[in-house]
Amino acid sequence: MTFNTSRFATALVGLSVAGLALPACGSTSSSGGGALSKLGKGEGQVNIINWAGYVESGQNDPKVDWVTKFTADTGCKVNSKIGNTSDEMVSLMKAGGYDVVSASGDATLRLIAGGDVAPINTALIGNYKDVFDSLKMQKWNSSGGKAYGIPHGRGANLLMWNTEKVTPAPTSWSAVFDDKSPYKGAITAYDSPIYIADAALYLMNTKPDLGIKNPYALDDKQFTAAVDLLKKQKTVIGEYWSDYLKTQAAFKTGSTVLGTTWQVIANGAQGEGTKVDTILPNEGSTGWSDTWMISSKAKNPNCAYLWMNYIISPEANAAVAEYFGEAPSNRLACGKTSDAKFCDTFHAADEEYFKKVWYWTTPTKACLDGRGAVCKDYAEWTKAWTEIKG
Amino acid sequence: MSASASLSRYLHRHPRTGLGLLLAAPVTWLVLAYLGSLAALFLTALYKTDPFTSDIVKTIGGQNFSELAKTAVYRSITIRTVLIATAVTLLDLSIALPMAIFMAKVAKPRARNLLVVGVLMPLWASYLVKGYAWRAIFDSGSGVLKNTFGSSPGFGLVATTVALAYLWLPYMVLPIYAGLDRLPNSLLEASSDLGARGNRTMRSVVFPLLLPSIVAGSIFTFSLTLGDYITVKIVGGKSQMIGNVVYDNFGVNNIPFAAAFALVAVAVMIAYLLTARRTGAFENL
Repeated sequence: MTFNTSRFATALVGLSVAGLALPACGSTSSSGGGALSKLGKGEGQVNIINWAGYVESGQNDPKVDWVTKFTADTGCKVNSKIGNTSDEMVSLMKAGGYDVVSASGDATLRLIAGGDVAPINTALIGNYKDVFDSLKMQKWNSSGGKAYGIPHGRGANLLMWNTEKVTPAPTSWSAVFDDKSPYKGAITAYDSPIYIADAALYLMNTKPDLGIKNPYALDDKQFTAAVDLLKKQKTVIGEYWSDYLKTQAAFKTGSTVLGTTWQVIANGAQGEGTKVDTILPNEGSTGWSDTWMISSKAKNPNCAYLWMNYIISPEANAAVAEYFGEAPSNRLACGKTSDAKFCDTFHAADEEYFKKVWYWTTPTKACLDGRGAVCKDYAEWTKAWTEIKG
Repeated sequence: MSASASLSRYLHRHPRTGLGLLLAAPVTWLVLAYLGSLAALFLTALYKTDPFTSDIVKTIGGQNFSELAKTAVYRSITIRTVLIATAVTLLDLSIALPMAIFMAKVAKPRARNLLVVGVLMPLWASYLVKGYAWRAIFDSGSGVLKNTFGSSPGFGLVATTVALAYLWLPYMVLPIYAGLDRLPNSLLEASSDLGARGNRTMRSVVFPLLLPSIVAGSIFTFSLTLGDYITVKIVGGKSQMIGNVVYDNFGVNNIPFAAAFALVAVAVMIAYLLTARRTGAFENL
């Protein structure tokens, strides 16, 4: 269980400190604003915020371990903290104390704009040259011509169902948006404001007259339609999930039989003997393109660079991609996967496929599809999400 | 030795200094940790966050409170939380009262000690373990209730109320037990001698004397429920309480709004304590 009371305690301390306006005297050992120019000796440890399944040391599955080798090679001990949502990652990075984060596109720009992450000197990352060009210097991992992140991998949010209880197998997101669903009370959805985009994507296909071009760029009318759809969906929802272990357990006991998921959760559930299957529904899906970023207040910048280089090395990148169920970012990783067809299955180099996947992006007032400043920003998405849950 | 001797002589001659030194630590703790953080909470509630970078903008304004007042969902979350807290308190009271009476007045002294240990025992287990145990009980797929009785209310407000009532039960039992323990048996005998039956004795003798203890217990169960956000995450299904909104807003770094909503819980609690004071509960504590 990754929910934790210590985080809440930190929140309370944060509240009081913020209020007293005590200066946070964090000694910034890495150069503020500029990128590291030369790699030094490792500091002996690195503190990482990551998505579940990205930093595995064999504790969850003895066969899944790429951290031990990193520590043996570099002498950097890895401390991993799982972020359940992008929001959690952003607030943990703001709180400080972490060196590296595996940020999705709905967190990266917020981190860059907030000055929480530093530019990266890609010359110090030996494996960077083998990263797919289509992932380099994109709008979610660079700013002002400076690289702010090392691409890690990409994939889609999937629809998962219990193959024993749900028949016929679903092929469309309508399975979770049908308010007369026979699986009422056993459907789950991702507990984050960004899930509003899933509803928008569904409306993009089913209600073309709303004119949604990008599920992260919603004007008043489109946003209201998506929120209404989710309010209707709430009547069939059993519970919302953000903790990946809890949703895995819910599928196992059968209190949840249908809903949105990540491939890594499906793998975990199948590993426990739960009869589940996943699909990328025909409407396409929301997804992610993840980026390793370094904190502007990193205390262990050298170990951080060593980690970022290691984690996108062909071997490690292949191992993470296969375990998490996503397309690797390093083209050489495709030769290192245990399943030779893995990169084809996950469309690693298939740009056409990824046009159907809408990477998580932070919604802003200025519409991402270029319509002007008529869209709902993330603060309004957050507020709406509280209202949807009621 | 001479240094400590002269220090003790000095403190003997200056009793006020001695008192000051003695109280310095607890007073600092009280002022900084309790009142200071409350003041900080209030101040933070007046700030706002930048919607894109989520950085805190330190300009004073009441926008968070007007937001709270004009949005219906926050009102219904507050009402739901207060109702759950009330239900938990009543449920705990109805279980704790007979339990405490048995422990204090019926059980033999040896059994009494064992019962007290029994009531305290659950406090030794982790909160999360107990929460997940209730998840296993209420699970609508293959939970204990479902497997035993064929149906389960599933995750939701009922499960939340029951799980919270279980978690806080010792905090209700112990004050009532202590109150009953102080109640002399001679009063019960006198009541009986004057012809009162059990019910009448309960109503006219035990209950008035016990009221402060009950109120003390209810303060625990009510306030603990009011601030809880973990149990509802585990067994609450899709419902949310004040604590969840605070937690979620902390998650998006909207700490000012989280602070403003947390103050609602503080306000409810202050209102509860003032009401409790009107019953005279504190004078008897």
